[in-house]
Amino acid sequence: MARTVAMTGNIGCAYAMKQINPDVVAAYPITPQTTIVEEFANYVANGEVDTEYINVESEHSAMSACIGASAAGSRVMTATSSQGLAYMWEQLYIASAMRLPIVMHNVNRALSGPINIHCDHSDSMGARDAGWVQLFSENAQEAYDNTIMAIRIAEDPSVRLPVMVLLDGFIVSHAIDRFDLLDHAVVREFVGEHRPVNPLLDLDNPVTLGSFSLPPYYFEQKRQLRAALDAARQVVKEVFDAYAAISGRRYDFFETYRLDDAEVGMVVLGSTAGTARYAVDVLREKGVKVGLLKLRLFRPFPARGVARALSHLKAVGVMDRSDSFGAEGGPVYTETKSALYDLDKKPAVVGYIYGLGGRDTGPTQIERVVEDLINVAGGETIKSPVYLGIKE
Amino acid sequence: MASLKELTHRPDLLTGGHRLCAGCGASIAVRQVLLGANAPVVACSATSCLEVSTTPYPYSAWKTPFIHNAFENAAATIAGVEAAYRALKRKGKIDKDVKFVAFGGDGGTYDIGLQSLSGAMERGHNMVYVCYDNGAYMNTGIQRSSATPFGASTTTSPAGKMVPGKLQWRKDLAAIVADHCVPYVAQASVSHWKDLVEKAEKAFAVDGPAFLNVLAPCPRGWRFPNEKTIELAKLAVQTGYWPLFEVEDGVWRLSFKPKDLKPIAEWLKLQGRFKHLFKPGKETLLEEYQRLVSNKWQRLVERCEAGQPSLVSG
Repeated sequence: MARTVAMTGNIGCAYAMKQINPDVVAAYPITPQTTIVEEFANYVANGEVDTEYINVESEHSAMSACIGASAAGSRVMTATSSQGLAYMWEQLYIASAMRLPIVMHNVNRALSGPINIHCDHSDSMGARDAGWVQLFSENAQEAYDNTIMAIRIAEDPSVRLPVMVLLDGFIVSHAIDRFDLLDHAVVREFVGEHRPVNPLLDLDNPVTLGSFSLPPYYFEQKRQLRAALDAARQVVKEVFDAYAAISGRRYDFFETYRLDDAEVGMVVLGSTAGTARYAVDVLREKGVKVGLLKLRLFRPFPARGVARALSHLKAVGVMDRSDSFGAEGGPVYTETKSALYDLDKKPAVVGYIYGLGGRDTGPTQIERVVEDLINVAGGETIKSPVYLGIKE
Repeated sequence: MASLKELTHRPDLLTGGHRLCAGCGASIAVRQVLLGANAPVVACSATSCLEVSTTPYPYSAWKTPFIHNAFENAAATIAGVEAAYRALKRKGKIDKDVKFVAFGGDGGTYDIGLQSLSGAMERGHNMVYVCYDNGAYMNTGIQRSSATPFGASTTTSPAGKMVPGKLQWRKDLAAIVADHCVPYVAQASVSHWKDLVEKAEKAFAVDGPAFLNVLAPCPRGWRFPNEKTIELAKLAVQTGYWPLFEVEDGVWRLSFKPKDLKPIAEWLKLQGRFKHLFKPGKETLLEEYQRLVSNKWQRLVERCEAGQPSLVSG
């Protein structure tokens, strides 16, 4: 039977990996991801999984070995953070171009420099154009659930793409949370047998992978990658539905909270949604008509749904836990604003950059955002991006 | 070891029609190494002349499963393939015995791929890594690598009025890999085909990682006529620039010991990349060259004659 546990987000992710029992894990330690691969190494050492565990000498080799192992025809998982993801950058594009269904946790951490180990989203935002599906998690439950669903999404025949499961460093990864686990048998049945397409280890049907592709072919190959990522939207929805049937937990591309009758609203990713939900409740008590949209799927971006959900608002505040230096605002801001452009009646949009390098983001900062949005709804203009909780 | 007649009956896993240059040492090295596998084999190549010339999409010269990932990670990539094989074999999803080989040029092995190679060797994957060493980044147009010989003129270490080509000696990669305590390391040359195929057979036969460093002359980069590839490879061995040896379970052994080494100038003078060394006034450089080659050779002979393993694997 399903059971309720108290675990950190990272241990929850590792536990989901144990239940999935991948063929190969190639990983390298980096804070705050390390406890995932440590816990998984224990499962290997105790014979609780059948996995070949490769202790690689770098994250670059981690993703390189994952690519080799996935191309060979095995089910492959790994985990990283921050500098590790940045070091893999070249390999991320090759994994998606080869259409390899690798599933990776990225425990969100700020990028150097200066070096910092705490949460922001600049690492995974740097990989947003790499052709991976990106699923964000607000808490340990979502991180656990996303891990299991990611396998089905990645391996779906119409997708065949790598999937990145994102969880906030320390806030989700290291805090002990109460959440529900599924039975091993239920998880194993849900993820099913891995059925690789044109694997290297089919010796009777030799394939050449990673060919040199020149101008007559390269463009079409990249176009096919977009088609696969677009097709992933439908598959994500189907997998969410299938998962609801086994877990009772229903997910969508995004989740709205008290948004239907709201006049102003916020868009957030990850753990800050919890703080924002609390702030919305406090403000609602005071009669403020505010709501929330928490994105779960960032790639492929659910633009039409987001636009529909926000269309009735007077003002929207988009919260980015990463900056896009030189751009008009952070990546969630530019995506959201672009999604709203086609509406006849558009809400005003303000972009907020918050929490870089683990700067704490409390309800006071969220209330400040809502105060701004009420003023914007009343006709005031605010230049984006606004830096929340900064000393200047 | 297989006779020549037996070798002729083994399938050629790298077929003709690839786009490598006439006289290219790389394709010779690859074909000879693959003859030594004598079993189903999955091949990997680092980004290189070999990779771009054998896999121009939608064509492939590989008659065996092949993967190219990137420049610096052929060792990590084939390590992943090998790990998947072990996992799937344990689960009964594959029953064949399969061999694994990665090829890289010297740039992809001595330089940018050294970390990946070191990691894979240390972890003990059952794989063979083959460096086809042509002494420069030939694919990008003859730039200096840490395998480039002393004094060679390349496009990034050109011989000029003040600088006589590359100023450093070649990194001794085979010794570096041997110090990882792997079961088999060898240095070979495309000119000595029997020695090379035998070394490949040993490399594929050992249980654990093996490394082959194979001299593969490049007519374009070394500046010599296409038909002289084997002659140049042979002279590199006979002059002591490229000794043939093997390190089996830590024991160093010379594979070929000439009575007298030929003067290094005999190898250098056939190559355009060294022609500045033969201009008047450069005699001391040539003398220094000979001294370096002789010293390195002498040290290798002593290491092999000592007969004791420097480091024992396992």
